Amino acid sequence: MRGRWVAGAAAVGVLAAGGGFVLLSDDEPPVRREAVRVEVVDGPKDDQKVALDATFYKPVGVEKAPAVMLAHGFGGSKESQAGAAVKLARQGYAVLTWSARGFGRSEGEIALNSPDYEVKDTRQLIDWLAERPEVRLDGTGDPRVGMAGPSYGGAISLLTAAYDGRVDAIVPSITWHDLSQSLMPQGVFKKLWAGLFFTGESDGSTACGRFLPAVCEMYQEVARTGRPTDEARDLLRESSPAIAPPVRAPMLLIQGQSDSLFPLDQADHNARAAKGPVSVVWYQGGHDGGEQETERLAGLTSDWFDHYLNNEKGITLPPAFTVTRAGGVDSRNGRQSVVAATADAYPGLENATRELPLEGGQQAVQNPAGGVPASISALPGLGALSSLGSLGGAFSLDMSGQNASFTTEPLDTALRVTGSPALRVKTDREATLFAKLYDVSPDGRAALARRLAAPVKIDGEGDVVLPALDYEFSRGHRLRVVLSTTDYGFSSPAEPLTYEISAVSGLSVPSAPSLSAPAPRPPVWVWIAPAVALAVAAGLLVPRRRRRQDDFDEASAEVPLRIEGLTKTYRNGYKAVDDVSFRVEKGQVLGLLGPNGAGKTTTLRMLMGLIHPDGGEIRIFGHRVGPGAPVLARLGSFVEGPGFLPHLSGRDNLELYWRATGRPAGDSRMEEALEVAALTDEALARPVRTYSQGMRQRLAIAQAMLGLPDLLVLDEPTNGLDPPQIRQMREVLVRYAEAGRTVIVSSHLLSEVEQTCDRVVVMARGRKVADGPVAEIVGGRGLEDVFLEIIGSRA
Amino acid sequence: MSGPLPLKVEAVRQFRRRRTMVAFGFLLLLPWILVIAFQLGGGGPDEDGRMSLADVATTSGLNFALFTLFVSTGFLLVVTVALFCGDTVASEAGWSSLRYLLAAPVPRARLLRQKLAVALGYATAAVLALPLMALLAGTLVFGWSDITLPTGGTYPAESAFGRMAIIVGYSLVSQLVVAALAFLLSVVTDSPLGAVGGAVGLVIISNILDAVTALGDWRDLLPTRFTYAWLDALQPDISWNGMIQGASLSVTYAVVLFALAFRHFRGKDVTS
Repeated sequence: MRGRWVAGAAAVGVLAAGGGFVLLSDDEPPVRREAVRVEVVDGPKDDQKVALDATFYKPVGVEKAPAVMLAHGFGGSKESQAGAAVKLARQGYAVLTWSARGFGRSEGEIALNSPDYEVKDTRQLIDWLAERPEVRLDGTGDPRVGMAGPSYGGAISLLTAAYDGRVDAIVPSITWHDLSQSLMPQGVFKKLWAGLFFTGESDGSTACGRFLPAVCEMYQEVARTGRPTDEARDLLRESSPAIAPPVRAPMLLIQGQSDSLFPLDQADHNARAAKGPVSVVWYQGGHDGGEQETERLAGLTSDWFDHYLNNEKGITLPPAFTVTRAGGVDSRNGRQSVVAATADAYPGLENATRELPLEGGQQAVQNPAGGVPASISALPGLGALSSLGSLGGAFSLDMSGQNASFTTEPLDTALRVTGSPALRVKTDREATLFAKLYDVSPDGRAALARRLAAPVKIDGEGDVVLPALDYEFSRGHRLRVVLSTTDYGFSSPAEPLTYEISAVSGLSVPSAPSLSAPAPRPPVWVWIAPAVALAVAAGLLVPRRRRRQDDFDEASAEVPLRIEGLTKTYRNGYKAVDDVSFRVEKGQVLGLLGPNGAGKTTTLRMLMGLIHPDGGEIRIFGHRVGPGAPVLARLGSFVEGPGFLPHLSGRDNLELYWRATGRPAGDSRMEEALEVAALTDEALARPVRTYSQGMRQRLAIAQAMLGLPDLLVLDEPTNGLDPPQIRQMREVLVRYAEAGRTVIVSSHLLSEVEQTCDRVVVMARGRKVADGPVAEIVGGRGLEDVFLEIIGSRA
Repeated sequence: MSGPLPLKVEAVRQFRRRRTMVAFGFLLLLPWILVIAFQLGGGGPDEDGRMSLADVATTSGLNFALFTLFVSTGFLLVVTVALFCGDTVASEAGWSSLRYLLAAPVPRARLLRQKLAVALGYATAAVLALPLMALLAGTLVFGWSDITLPTGGTYPAESAFGRMAIIVGYSLVSQLVVAALAFLLSVVTDSPLGAVGGAVGLVIISNILDAVTALGDWRDLLPTRFTYAWLDALQPDISWNGMIQGASLSVTYAVVLFALAFRHFRGKDVTS
């Protein structure tokens, strides 16, 4: 019981607030509102005085504005529409909300939007609006006015427009065309919804609450027997647009796809009865809950009024037909999006394009005594369980033996059904059946396409029209029509019966191929951002320095190395090289001597183009040296230890290095270089990471000698070599220079320089402290003494 | 005569590294590990009732490939791409071979360009290797049939290759930002570990910020915001929006980061 009560409460909430409104932030302009009591006279004889509780919202920023009357849903009051009213007032409309008779603080009894009562009330509200100085008039006593509202409020909008030509545009949502067809479709009593409808307004003192006694008695009679009477049908039809004059005012009909109270066919009937412009919107929500799409619907509503009430230019009118569909999942948050498909014409519900053969044959179906247990399709409020009904997988229940099912072949392509599918069915006696449409996946799982059931009474042969829906069946899926003898939401015959049911036609499937959803456009920044990034990148990469005229100095083209005023200060402030100048001639073996930290290595790194000098210049054969300068091809270097790819063999390292220089393989003089390395073939085939320090050292010197460069620079070449190898190395270097090439050996070992070099440059603390032939500098003494003296004297 | 450091030479230099072998070995092995996991675990849907790619992973080889990609996109592929692009310059600096390449001489911009091209090539091969092996493994074990979409529909196998191409293509583009960041760090630092770790760390931070819903639409600027936008290609009608935004964001960040890398390297004092 409790479960049902909760479900009922949820449904009434929807009835009351179905139109929805948006909460507004506080920093928007204030809206002036005025609570008023409007005295009206109604009743069949126009003799009943009733005071209606209403609120008038003055338009913001306009002297005279069109008016919009916002009606509330069943169970609500004028306050239900306060949010929407404020929003419309800010858009420049005069807005009137009121509590219908029998609701809120208005007097009177509920007459279910009767032409004798509620319609007369609203017509007098229009009279009242015509008197307001803020409301624009089309003529004397004829204000420019639109009406909108959900459910009960939608019906009064339709009925007022039908009976009063002064209404200029309406936006009725989730409402009925024929209330008797909604509560007693095909003569089957929709007991659950009707119960919620008629008992929800009871104040507890009497069962009838604020209903007009005649209306209440009608309901109680039908609910007691479960059989609609003619009187009941006539009374409900009185309150229906179905028998009212046709509406000529432009009409935006909004109907819910999750609505078992006022299904889509109600809006279809309203659309077809209209004599003025009509647009139809099927949105995801409805009385059963689901996605309410508040923002979209509010936008469509104000577009409609802006065009038809305010004659605003540049408004894109809602197209003739809009269907919102479950779109893709937003990969950012995993949420299902809703997209609107639109068409320029409303095709109706029976735009059948094909007929699918049904399998099933004749089936015997039981109607259980008392109509219980009952199948479950829709329950008021249950649609809210899955926010988008078209996702399938919805909960439902069919009792075994109580239903006949007819299934199509698997679809060879995806099929979108828009409208009411239908088939012809034969029974052996009069049967009350509830028709539902299932989506059967290839693995046999069946789920209701929409949680809707259409009741039908058939005696002999008759048409079964399934609930209208918009649903896509995937390729490989099958459509299944289930005809059940019971449904929890309806009264069904209490006598135990057996029917023989068979389908005598295929399933005719309506569609609306013209419906198309525009692909959502990505925001503009997706095109701008990469362009901006390219511009930024171009700015970052503007060449810093033009190639200078003096990059090549003809005069020193024969000088292997000339350094002038070379200076380098590291970022931490350490001055590593300070105004160093020297030159090296062809055929020389120059020793660069100095203690650790003297600036030798920094000088050599600048020589290789690895470090940018702060001042001065380095020229190799007359070409200025900078990063990647082509003249570096004439330089072979070994500075601060070897650098090999440890995973490659010694030979591969050298070969790949030579190929990386981009010079012809024939110029590498690989074998000569490898001779210097003095490595065995076995060693050359091993990965370098297995080498000893000495082996790497020799391989690195061999790499420096690849191609026999004109200028060879070796930094501490004898580190890690054993004495015989050191001796051998010396001979190699001397021989190398004798061939007209130039060698620079940097070392902190005096003996090294003394024995190998014919000229020496001594550096200490970044400065050149001596420069000259070894013999001259030594002058008969040991170089060590001289060296210590030189650097000592400057200390 | 080709220019210095031809692509082929750089590719050979990188190929025989243990790092390359291990990365590819793992990516090619992972699908088989997953196959075994699915075989051991048997069937049974998730308890939480939500449908996911995991629930339909064993319905076909294509589904299995998609699942493998799904579980790898967020981290495994990020690490792989960061590894190839973050290691490339920093490891040369670590081995001291960088200075000999520069003195060979290979002009600096050319060195970066060639290394970047090869690193991106390996990263691409890695991103392709995983789903291809998963497709092979999945088809051998789970058979060849239509894609079963987690939202309930199916998608014909014949045209599934087109979708797979879109998915893999987008995955590549969306990883570009990771590649660019790793490459920039690789140029700035001499430590390969720092470059790879830094890029992966940024992805982690971006993912954490993405979880801060209070940031609202600002999160659309996070580089990992659209990592999974390729799932949009699994819907009956492809929704391009997320992928376009993700690609644009990735390209934007990547272009700037690559430019920064080239600018930094151009003026850098190579002291390693």
